[in-house]
Amino acid sequence: MNIDFGSQIPIYLQISQSIEDDIIRDIFEEETQIPSTTEVSLNYNINPATIAKGFNLLVDEGILYKRRGVGMFVAKDAKKTLIKKQKDHFYDKYVVHLLHEADKLGIHIEDIVKMLTGGPEYE
Amino acid sequence: MNNIELKSITKNYKATCALKDISLIFEEKRIYGLLGRNGAGKTTLLNLMTNRIFPTHGHITLSDQPITENDALLERIFYMTERNLYPESMKIHEVFRWTKTFYGNFDLNYANGLCKKFDLNPNKKIKALSTGYNTVAKLIVALASNAELLIFDEPILGLDAHHRTLFYKELLAQYIKTPKTIILSTHIIEEIADLLEWVVILGNQTVLINESVSSLLERAYTVTGKSSDVEAFIQNKNFIGLEYLGNYCKATLLETPNTETLETIHQIGLEKSKVGLQELFIKLTDIGGVLHEIPKIG
Repeated sequence: MNIDFGSQIPIYLQISQSIEDDIIRDIFEEETQIPSTTEVSLNYNINPATIAKGFNLLVDEGILYKRRGVGMFVAKDAKKTLIKKQKDHFYDKYVVHLLHEADKLGIHIEDIVKMLTGGPEYE
Repeated sequence: MNNIELKSITKNYKATCALKDISLIFEEKRIYGLLGRNGAGKTTLLNLMTNRIFPTHGHITLSDQPITENDALLERIFYMTERNLYPESMKIHEVFRWTKTFYGNFDLNYANGLCKKFDLNPNKKIKALSTGYNTVAKLIVALASNAELLIFDEPILGLDAHHRTLFYKELLAQYIKTPKTIILSTHIIEEIADLLEWVVILGNQTVLINESVSSLLERAYTVTGKSSDVEAFIQNKNFIGLEYLGNYCKATLLETPNTETLETIHQIGLEKSKVGLQELFIKLTDIGGVLHEIPKIG
């Protein structure tokens, strides 16, 4: 779980996004327990309410579930759901930004395609 | 409910007004940040809440009972003051024992454990302590007091980075174990911003902000771009700061941008960013806008 305090993204969203990434990267596997809000709170010195807000976003989406008295677990099929969700966001998150930057610098779409298909040898 | 409620509080020191008609509720089991510039009345407010001084007008209650001269209520509040109030020749372990007589729930084992963690020798006398260790000693007493309300006035004065981190961790651990009301009054805003749930900002003898940190930060943002574009954009908007650097301009706004506003930002080609608590505080309390003048060199 990686929190960047200088980031433009609110802390609670960083919490939920980093858990998502850790699930996709198999750091947190399905049907296993993830760190508690207390552990995360004490590790980063962040108010537990903020951590809980981030966790609850994922509970609402069915990515995490609570086992009463035990803690928070990764749901079955969470990884599949998250990959689908992040694929859907890929365009908004990366492509729009890429096109915006390219437009600013006057780079044509064809050149972008060449960069993408040519790999590091491009130029 | 263990809320502290201040009703229409005014405090005058002779001809000077320190606080003017303040009404505030500190709700139980929340971590509060009490922020304000020097002389904004933070310490006055804390002294009033702990019955060390009396308001000129208004009254203060804890759990709906007036706190004035009410020892049973005041025992539920521990106030760590910025000034050292312990006798200079007293040893730290004696301070612990003495505190125990006033705060029955004082946890001596925990206090001794904290001495080890903070590397403080409890056999030392108060007068032998450096500024940093003096603060450490006061923090340990406060943390171990087990009071329902913990108030800290400048809790990190002179502490090194290691001790500050240790303090934040112990404070949070306590709060998680037994939720209590915690009020942190400090100038070191950036470091404590993420510990806080709620923030109260004092200025002009009154309360400027009393809001959850997340909702406050959600409605604050900056836009940057060409001066003429930024100036046109902020018309009829609640902007609290405007900085120029040549033809570049940065405006800080305090209002939730609606879809239309976001669209405009995108169309004009302005860059929108989030604002941190410290930066927002500076903007809100920069009376006269002195920070925007660039000092002349040579």
